[in-house]
Amino acid sequence: MIVLTINGHDTQVDVPDDMPLLWVLRDVVGLTGTKFGCGIAQCGACTVHLDGQAVRSCVLPASGAVGKKITTIEGIGGTDVGKRVQQAWLGVEVAQCGYCQTGQIMSAAALLAQKPSPTDADIDTAMSGNLCRCGTYVRIRAAIKQAATGTTVVPQTIA
Amino acid sequence: MNLRVPPSPHDVDLQSPSRRELIKRGGLVVAFMWLGGAGRVWGLPDNARLDPSHPAFAPNAFVRIGNDGSIQLVMPTVEMGQGSYTGQATLLAEELDVGLDQITVEHAPPNRKLYANPLLGDQATGGSTTIRFCWTSLRNAGAAARYMLVAAAAQRWKVDAAQCTVARGVVTHAPTNRTLRYAELADAASKVTMPDKVSPKDPKDFQLIGKPLRRVDTPAKVDGTLPFGIDIRVPGMKVATVRACPTFGGKLASVDDTRARAIPGVLKVVKTDNAVAVIGEHFWAAKQGLEALDITWERGPNASFSTGQLFKDLAEASEHGKPILGREVGHVDNVKGKVVSATYQLPLLAHATMEPINTTVHVRPDSCEIWVGTQVPARCVDVAAKVTGLPPESITVHNQYLGGGFGRRLFEDSVEQAVAIAKQVDFPVKIVWTREEDIAQDRYRPAYYDRISATLDDNGKPIAWTDRTTGASVLATFAPGAMGKNGLDGDLVECSAELPYAIPNMRVDWVRHDMPAGLAVGWWRGVGPTHNVYVVESFVDELAHAAGKDPLAYRRDLLGDNPRARAVLELAAQKAGWGQGQLPPRHGRGVALAAPFGSYLCVVMDVEVTPQGEVIMKRAVAVVDCGWVVNPNTVEAQIQGGMVFGWSAALYSGITLKNGAVEQRNFNDYRVLRLNETPEIEVHIVPSTESPGGIGETGTVMAMPALTNAIFAATGVRIRTLPIDRHALVQDQNALKAVLSDATPADAASGDAAATARRLA
Repeated sequence: MIVLTINGHDTQVDVPDDMPLLWVLRDVVGLTGTKFGCGIAQCGACTVHLDGQAVRSCVLPASGAVGKKITTIEGIGGTDVGKRVQQAWLGVEVAQCGYCQTGQIMSAAALLAQKPSPTDADIDTAMSGNLCRCGTYVRIRAAIKQAATGTTVVPQTIA
Repeated sequence: MNLRVPPSPHDVDLQSPSRRELIKRGGLVVAFMWLGGAGRVWGLPDNARLDPSHPAFAPNAFVRIGNDGSIQLVMPTVEMGQGSYTGQATLLAEELDVGLDQITVEHAPPNRKLYANPLLGDQATGGSTTIRFCWTSLRNAGAAARYMLVAAAAQRWKVDAAQCTVARGVVTHAPTNRTLRYAELADAASKVTMPDKVSPKDPKDFQLIGKPLRRVDTPAKVDGTLPFGIDIRVPGMKVATVRACPTFGGKLASVDDTRARAIPGVLKVVKTDNAVAVIGEHFWAAKQGLEALDITWERGPNASFSTGQLFKDLAEASEHGKPILGREVGHVDNVKGKVVSATYQLPLLAHATMEPINTTVHVRPDSCEIWVGTQVPARCVDVAAKVTGLPPESITVHNQYLGGGFGRRLFEDSVEQAVAIAKQVDFPVKIVWTREEDIAQDRYRPAYYDRISATLDDNGKPIAWTDRTTGASVLATFAPGAMGKNGLDGDLVECSAELPYAIPNMRVDWVRHDMPAGLAVGWWRGVGPTHNVYVVESFVDELAHAAGKDPLAYRRDLLGDNPRARAVLELAAQKAGWGQGQLPPRHGRGVALAAPFGSYLCVVMDVEVTPQGEVIMKRAVAVVDCGWVVNPNTVEAQIQGGMVFGWSAALYSGITLKNGAVEQRNFNDYRVLRLNETPEIEVHIVPSTESPGGIGETGTVMAMPALTNAIFAATGVRIRTLPIDRHALVQDQNALKAVLSDATPADAASGDAAATARRLA
C-alpha cells in the first residue's frame, strides 16, 4: 500500500511498486485524462508533473512518485500557468482528435512554469517529445506563445 | 476509396416524382425520408439515445427539436479530429437560425438504413466525404424544420408566416411584437404538413457558414474530461491485452501460461484461434502476464514472406500481369518524341493513431454491449453477431470519440477479436492493444510499384503518357460490390486517370497484385490520391527537368482550360515567392498541384538538405479551393495536419516484413514527425461558390510530392522510393566525417537533446 499525492489529494493505492504511474492513474484511481500512447516514453501522451517537472508516467514506477506532488491534466487548470495554457489551446483551436493534447498541455505548462518567455528553441526542446498524429504542431507552437505573452497570435472570429 | 460508384441520393431533386417512389421503398434515401409525408414515422432505435417519452418534433432522421428546448443532431458520421461535428452542426444551425451552442451533437447509432453515407455505400466515415455528403441534406433538414416551426407560430398567431423572423431559435412577429421559442412550438410543428419543397438560404444570407467558428468538441479535449474509447470504465470491468500471431495468416499452436497466472492481478488467460489475451485487474497486470506467456505459433504459409519478396513480386506482376484499364485517351502507341520513364515504389504504411486500438465488450447470454470508437458502427454489429451468434438487435454499440482514425478504424477486426475474447468470460472486459500490437497488427496501406512514362514533343510537352500501377485492392475486400465491371478498383487510379493537365494521349492501368492471404490491407489517409499524386507530381517534375523548364511554369503551360487549378497554382506561386530571390546552396523549392477529393490544391515547399543528408523543412505554402467553405478554421487545421501526416510518411514511415511479420515495433522505429521538425505552414483559401470538396485528406496527398520535389531542387536527387533514404542525400563522405567532430561535449552536458540533434543534422 502506498500513498500518492495526486492533484493535492493523498490517495492510498494497493499496487505493485513497479507499476507505472500511468496505469495507477488510469486503471486504479480512475483519472483517464492521462493517456496511453506507447509505453516506452516515445510519445508523451502520458505526461504528468512530478513536483512541477514534466515526466512520462508510462515509465515512472508508482513507488518513484511517493512523497512527491503529482499533477495531472485534471488538476493543471488549478494553477495559473495551467489555466493560461488551456485557454490558449482553446483560443488557437489546437485540438483535432484531442487524444495527445492532454499530454501536450502538461508539457507546455511545465515549460512555461520554468521559462515564462520561451524561445522557439525552448519550445522545440520541451515539446518535441510529444507526438501528435493529427499534426497540430503549428498551432501548439502558436498556443504556447499566446499563453506566454497573453497576446492573441491567431486572429479568430468566433460566433 | 472509390467515391464514384454509388449514386448520391442528395442529387435527387426535391421535386422529382421518382422521389416518392424511392421513399416508399426506403433504402438509402435517408436524408429525404421526411419528404414522403411520413415525417413523424421515425423508427429510430432506442439506442439512438433520443428520449422516447418526449413528444417531440423530428423532421428527419438527423434532427430532433424537443419541447424542452433541446435541439439534437444525431450525426451520421463520427468525430475523429477532422471537425465533422462542428461542420455538420453549422449546416443545421445555419438553416434553423439557431446558434451553434444551442445544438447538442451525438454519434449516430449503428443503423445503416438510416445513416449510410451514400458516397461510401455504408455507415462509414471516410474518403473526405462528410461535408460533401451532408452539404445539401443537412441544410434541407434545417430549412424544413424551420419552415414547420415558423408555420406553427404563424398558425397560432393567425398571421402570415412570411412576416415572421427567427433568431437563436426564437420566432418573432414584429408587427404585433410577439415571440415564441422553438421549444414552445415543437409539438405544434410536428402536426404541420411537411413542405413539398424547401429552399435553403441564399448563400449571401449565411450567418454561420464560412465563418471560423470554434469547434464544438474542444473544451473537453483540453481538460481531460472527454472520454475516448480507451477511457471507458463500466462496473465490474477488467482489462486485457492481447498478442496475435505476428506472422500473418498464422495460428496459435499452444501456450504455457503457468508463469503468467502467477503474476498478482492476472485473472485469466483466454485463447482465440490466432491470439492469446491476458485479463487482469488492470492493464499493467495484463501486460506483465502477456510478457510471461510462453507461446508457440503455427506460423503458416507466410513464414518466409518479406517485403523484399513483395517488391520482386510486384515488379514481376507489373511486367507480366494482366492490366485492367483505368482510362484511355487517344492512342499512346507510335507517338514520336523524347521518352522519359521512371519507376516509383511506395511502402506498406501503418496508421499509428495516437489512441491505440481498444474495445470494451460485455457479452451476456442474451445480449452484447460494445464501447468503441469506430468509423463503421454497423459493421461492428455484424461481426459481434457473427462471433456471439446473437441476433443483431441484441447487440448495442456505444460509439465513442476516436483518438485518430486515418482509416484504421474503418476496419472491425479488433472488435471481432475483442468479442471473441469477451464471450469467454462473464464480466465486461476492456481489450487494449499495446503500441507494439497496434503496429504489428494493422490493416496496412498497400505497397505500390508504379511504372510511368511520357513522350515529349519538341517543346518538352508530353504528347503521350502511360502510367501503370501495381498493387493490392482494398476495395475488393472492403466493399466488393463497388468494384468496377472490368474488375477495376477505382481507388488505384484515382488522381492518375484524371489529371489537371491536358495530355492528348493517355493510358492509365492497374495490375492487381493482392497480398498473400492473411496479410490484410486497408484505407490510409488520402487513399488512392496519396499514392497517385506522389507519383504523378514527381514525374511531372521529372518532365519539367527533362524539358529544361521551370517546374511551376511547366505545370502552368500544361493546364489547358482548368481555371480552378490555374487559380491555386498562381496564388501559391505568388504567396511563396516562386522564382524570386536566390536560394542558398542545398536549399530548394518544390511544387505540387492536384485535384483530390473534389478540391484543388497547390503546395510550394522550401527545404534545406544538410551535407549529411538530413532534410530540414523550412516553409510550406498551401493554397486550396475546396468549394464552399463551411469552416475556414477547420480547413486550415486539416491542411496543416494532413501535411504533417504526409511528411511523416515520406520522411520516416515504412512497414517492412521479415519472416511474414512486421519488423517495426513502436514510435522508436516507426517514426513520425515531431514538433521541432515541422515547418511554418501557411494555408490560403481561394473563395469559391462551387459545391464543397473534401478536405480531411488533401494535405496528406500534397505533402509528399511537394517535399520530394523540393529535395530534388536542393540536391538534384530524385526520390522515387519512399520513405526517403537519407543516404542518397549525403553530399559526400567527408560530410559524414565532419559531423562527428562537430559534436561538442557541451551539448551532451547541457542535456539539450534537440539542440544536439539539430547540430548533428
